[in-house]
Amino acid sequence: MSANSDPDAGIWIRRHAPLWRTLAAESTAASRRSRATVDEALQTLSAYRALSRHLASAREILPGSVLATTLAQTSAALHAAVNRSPRLTRARWIGLVREDIPAAAASVRTLALWIAALLVASACAGWWLINTYPELISLIASPAMIDGVEHGHLWTYQVLNLAPPALLSARIFSNNVVVTLGAFCFGILFGLGAFYMIAINGLMLGGLLAFTHQHGLALGLLKFTLAHGPVELSVMCLAAAAGTALGDAVIRPGEGGRAESLRRRAAELGPLLVACALLLLGSGLIEGFISPHPGISIPVRLAVGLGYWTLMMLWLSGRLIPRARARGERQSADQSGSTR
Amino acid sequence: MAEEELNVRGLTGVDLTLRIAGPGTRSYAFLIDWQIRLLGALAWLLVALLLRRLPSLSRAPIAHDVMLAGWILALITYFLYHPVVEVAMRGRTPGKIKAGARIVTLEGATPGVGALLMRNLFRLIDCLPLLYLVGLASCMVTRRRVRLGDLAAGTVLVIDESAAGESLLRLGEQMQHTGLSAEALQLIHDLLERWELLADAQRIRLARELLAKLDPGAGAGNAGPDGAALRGRLEALLVRQQRS
Repeated sequence: MSANSDPDAGIWIRRHAPLWRTLAAESTAASRRSRATVDEALQTLSAYRALSRHLASAREILPGSVLATTLAQTSAALHAAVNRSPRLTRARWIGLVREDIPAAAASVRTLALWIAALLVASACAGWWLINTYPELISLIASPAMIDGVEHGHLWTYQVLNLAPPALLSARIFSNNVVVTLGAFCFGILFGLGAFYMIAINGLMLGGLLAFTHQHGLALGLLKFTLAHGPVELSVMCLAAAAGTALGDAVIRPGEGGRAESLRRRAAELGPLLVACALLLLGSGLIEGFISPHPGISIPVRLAVGLGYWTLMMLWLSGRLIPRARARGERQSADQSGSTR
Repeated sequence: MAEEELNVRGLTGVDLTLRIAGPGTRSYAFLIDWQIRLLGALAWLLVALLLRRLPSLSRAPIAHDVMLAGWILALITYFLYHPVVEVAMRGRTPGKIKAGARIVTLEGATPGVGALLMRNLFRLIDCLPLLYLVGLASCMVTRRRVRLGDLAAGTVLVIDESAAGESLLRLGEQMQHTGLSAEALQLIHDLLERWELLADAQRIRLARELLAKLDPGAGAGNAGPDGAALRGRLEALLVRQQRS
């Protein structure tokens, strides 16, 4: 205001210089602050508005000057501090678990079914391949595994029994997470990465089943995978479906262009990856503690596997906790958070 | 064609410009962070090794577990360094601070946890086939010099201007009390800020011309004082004008 009415830049500068010192101090404090009270937040917003006004004036009075540049840089720093996402509050967690994750899962439901069909088809192809050409097993199994099965031992029990269950769970979990996240990330390659990972995994699964069947161990392998397999394979399909959706966003971008389309789709699908990681954690625990245990009968394994899978499906379909109720609770949590 | 700047519209309608960090700044920041996480991981292993050699522990049944725990902690430190530190420091890491860079969203805001995790998730591809070649290639060809993770998360690495607050503080102090005109003050500041970037002959010539105009009594217009002395006179002029 004063800048426009006062032609003397020197007077304008000297008049406002004391305020800049205050604004500069506020900018530095706001950038370093991890939590702010309501008063502090209002003070920062007031400083942001004042800085913007002074920046606009400085650009008009002294364009390209050190002062204008410094005011612009300070404004940019304060802009980042003001535009900060809120912390992950309880309400946001509730929203993520009850609304965002089921919504993300629903958006890839059809794709997930196609991916599951691809997994089954490639497993059938693997079965046929190893049944027809048994010597090809060396392409998908290590010599130690082949040797073990040929001598009537499943590699699962041999390898797994060496490590304590907790460590085993952690190892399986980390391995599964890498495969799942890989299926998602490689989907960015126009969906081909996810397609490839599912096809290869299906081929290996079918091939190994055929190989163990040839040596009378298929039931043992099924018994081992019964408890953890349904969720593990479903999660892999879900992640691959999410990856394919990413690829689809790159192939068929909307009005905003490929980068914007990819960014928007990745943000929508992000919650699904959180769900995948949590489900794999449970799956890893089952695989570490229940699956290798020889004393657990098939019906119990089946109950665990189906029960966990049903729980997963209820959660992802939004039926575990109805959304209307969730929304109501979320609002009340928001309200209690705002009055705190 | 790569962009040098990210233009964002401020909340008040005033446009803000952020300088985009190039592959050089990225690589520099990454190398520092890589050294930190490597040293962190090695430190865990060293601690585990030393604990295992303690006489009281060496024969105990948990000796093997100590080494195992060391390995697990080392791997966690190495692989989760970036996501954890970036989330904790809101888009900065020690390497990025040293390189003078920070992560922002396309709107110039501090990125949220989701965006930071998504950007780190794509390191799985960016690090392929080795030495982050995919990420580096992506930085070379994309408009905003971003790797695939940034593309998916909607983030950009920009030059960190958070120290500008301190510059404004100094500038405000000098401008409030100075007897010099705004233009003169700007000229001195411009010259002093670019001092190291200018060639010796060029900065000496500019300093002499400035001093001859602003402080004719000092006789700097003639040949004589060297660059350092001229710089000292310019700084002294700022201080003297403030006191007067």
